[in-house]
Amino acid sequence: MAPFEPAALPELLPVFYRRLFPHGPYGRWLSYGGVKNYFQLREFSFTLRDDVYLRFQSFSSPQELERELQKINPYKIDIGAVYSHRPNQHNTVHLGAFQPQEKELVFDIDMTDYDDVRSCCSSADICSKCWTLMTIAVRIIDRALVEDLGVRHRLWVYSGRRGVHCWVCDDAVRKWSPALRAAAVEYLSLVKGGADTVKKVNLSHPVHPFIRHSVNVVEKYFEEYALRGQDILGSPEKWDKVLALIPEDILPCQGRAKDSVQRWELLRARLERTRGRPAAQGPCYADWEVMLQFCFPRLDINVSKGLNHLLKSPFSVHPKTGRVSVPLDLQRLDQFDPFAVPTITSLCQELDTANSDGEQEDGGATEPKRRTRDYKKTSLAPYVRVFEQFVEGMESARRGERIRRSDLQGDF
Amino acid sequence: MEFSSRARLKHARLAGDRREQYPHSLQFYLEPPMESISLVEFESFAVDRLKLLKVIENLGVSHVRGTDVYKSKLESELRKLKFPYRALAEDDYEARRKDHISHFILRLAYCQSEDLRRWFLQQEMDLFRYRFNELTESLMQKFLEHANLSFEAVSMARERDAAGEPGGGGGSPPVGLADAVDLFRARKVFIKDGFAYVPFKEIDVIVLNNYRTKLSKALALTARSLPSIQSDERLQPLLNHLSHSYVGPDYSIQKNTGKISLEQIDALSVKSFPLCMRQLHRALRDSHHLRHGGRMQYGLFLKGIGLTLEQALEFWKKEFIRGKVDADKFDKGYAYSIRHSYGKEGRRTDYTPYSCMKIIMSNPPSQGDYHGCPFRHSDPELLKQKLQSYKIPPSGITQVLELVKGVHYQLACQKFFELTHDVDDIGFSLNHPNQYFTESQKLLNGGRELKKEFNNSGNFQQKNNSQESTNSSSTPTSSNAKADTELEGLEAYFTED
Repeated sequence: MAPFEPAALPELLPVFYRRLFPHGPYGRWLSYGGVKNYFQLREFSFTLRDDVYLRFQSFSSPQELERELQKINPYKIDIGAVYSHRPNQHNTVHLGAFQPQEKELVFDIDMTDYDDVRSCCSSADICSKCWTLMTIAVRIIDRALVEDLGVRHRLWVYSGRRGVHCWVCDDAVRKWSPALRAAAVEYLSLVKGGADTVKKVNLSHPVHPFIRHSVNVVEKYFEEYALRGQDILGSPEKWDKVLALIPEDILPCQGRAKDSVQRWELLRARLERTRGRPAAQGPCYADWEVMLQFCFPRLDINVSKGLNHLLKSPFSVHPKTGRVSVPLDLQRLDQFDPFAVPTITSLCQELDTANSDGEQEDGGATEPKRRTRDYKKTSLAPYVRVFEQFVEGMESARRGERIRRSDLQGDF
Repeated sequence: MEFSSRARLKHARLAGDRREQYPHSLQFYLEPPMESISLVEFESFAVDRLKLLKVIENLGVSHVRGTDVYKSKLESELRKLKFPYRALAEDDYEARRKDHISHFILRLAYCQSEDLRRWFLQQEMDLFRYRFNELTESLMQKFLEHANLSFEAVSMARERDAAGEPGGGGGSPPVGLADAVDLFRARKVFIKDGFAYVPFKEIDVIVLNNYRTKLSKALALTARSLPSIQSDERLQPLLNHLSHSYVGPDYSIQKNTGKISLEQIDALSVKSFPLCMRQLHRALRDSHHLRHGGRMQYGLFLKGIGLTLEQALEFWKKEFIRGKVDADKFDKGYAYSIRHSYGKEGRRTDYTPYSCMKIIMSNPPSQGDYHGCPFRHSDPELLKQKLQSYKIPPSGITQVLELVKGVHYQLACQKFFELTHDVDDIGFSLNHPNQYFTESQKLLNGGRELKKEFNNSGNFQQKNNSQESTNSSSTPTSSNAKADTELEGLEAYFTED
């Protein structure tokens, strides 16, 4: 497999948009059952070569979008809000009358936000060791979305380089105000403070169930990720960072412990013993605070709050890595390997191989059919399957709702 | 099956079931009244509610909300004005109906500007808070269900592992996240399946937030109907009057006319005049002149305390002649306007002595003017100096300035009264300079003086009757004849097109 070269994009993108991009389910997703011009009022933005940026693109139908994508072959696609008027006509509208109306609730979790607590990589780099942070983040947030916020339709997507995105698509949630979105982010936030803040997690009694559930998730990964992988108690300079988070009067005895795992055991035991001790501020949760500071998800509120915020579209190509932003299969989350995600180069190569093999079979098939089946011949197929399941989930929920409503009205 | 609430109400009205229309003493005022009411009822309901809201405003500053003294005073006012005061009172239909209708009328009057909307919202919130907190827990539940506070019935089969969690569960009603945003964001409440389970002690915050949001939106919506409201001939004069109205005795007819002698005025100005009039009197004595605004404000006040026309003419002439005006000029110019303000010349817009509200809100003084309200219009530093010159103790001055800072001008004047008369509690709610004078005289003379037999003409129609002029609009006199006219179609102002 040849590595990805950004210079090859102009050549590869036309193939991508003709034969790989899943236009069908994509259009069904964003049509949301054909309700009130939803698709026509949606803003898309395209990034072309040389960073040329086109905002307020809108289309009359998914078919028109498909044609345009195949004509323009953008480097990147962003999805924006559903507006009060067609975005591509926004200049004809009275100033102030053109307003965003609805949008999915989105989250963007970026590995760079964890630089203060990971020692293996920094900034845009990721590795299999720190990728666990994303796994933990997805698990914690997804649980909260489903169990606490009652959300059903959410799509988790690999961003293509160093993080994950979440698209929450429930009908009611798409109507949420910016204030409510901000409140949701705050509900899901525990790590607070920037470079100046040493201790970023502070828990007080009583501890909200959300926090306890989150700690439960972190505990499943903590030993493997933090103690072995990141080795956070492995050396004096490393464990100083941890001790900085713990009340001074609880000194761990390092004597007998030989590695991070053992040291943590001692520390943990000591902290748990003190939990019962009556203190002025209430029980001490320092062990939880350490775990959360090293592992709890860090969200960017600005991405989630605004209705008009643009976010990279699923199945968009990352211009620097060539990787496709693919949906995550929550059933196989722990096995997800960002380095195994197909790049546009590898996909095109797979297509070449597949074509030379299967030419005889498709003799009688019509053009469009062959095109839509193309991604199925590649490693993109399982990801498209996940996406289709997501879209089908919403469609069947809509059908169920229609039946329920017509039952209530006594229609036949 | 669901009936819309409108259909249900109409049905109830037709069926004659009065209780169905107003099943609770409290409501969110979501549906405008759809019946026709007479012009007389329209006015009297509105005026009563305005009185109530002003009492609430005053109570809110003089007492801590929710204390026993606050509650008992508010309850007695509610009873006096015949509004619902106790949640349980069964046959409360008339009071609830009045509550409903008067609220919507005042919306029309108070949607008209940002300031008015803010004031109205604040008082209505306080009223709602009081009444909501007076409900028993079971009545509260009933009210919340009836109000359909955006929670759906959660089936009892749903497990809640909420026992012992912060923020309750076990009996708390589920509330939509949008209605409990602050509790939600701060993780102060148990959340499950998209609902917040708010313990009863926090529920009033949610309900109040909800009410504020609804009412604020409704006022904005009503404001959009403003042009049509203002061109509605039946309403425009009445509503204008309401939003600027002083509700109380207007001191237009005096029982003590002629009981004051000119020689007494200097002494009275120090003892019993409110600061605004004392200031005007002082300025008149010092410069032998007052500009128009000052002449109006002070002249009408003097009429209110009992100066006859002859006395007034003598008073002003003597003073003005000391200045640059000669007798001839006075007779030709100033005398005419004095006679005018006593109703002896032509027609006038309004010649009842100005109320505090009017003085505070209209015609602010400029350089060279001495009228207005010193607590409102004077620079605080200058005000402080003036109070010091009157030998008010520093602690008193501080209290007055605090009230001024809090924009409570009339309360500042009340405090001034208390400090200068050496009483702890003024004993009344100050609304009018002549009221200040009357009360002061009563206090100083041991109550021998005037009885409060002033014409209580908070009623717009009667006010017009007692004056010889009419307003620029011709409606009042004609509405007099049509006293039983029904007002219809007002609900259009409250609904979205």
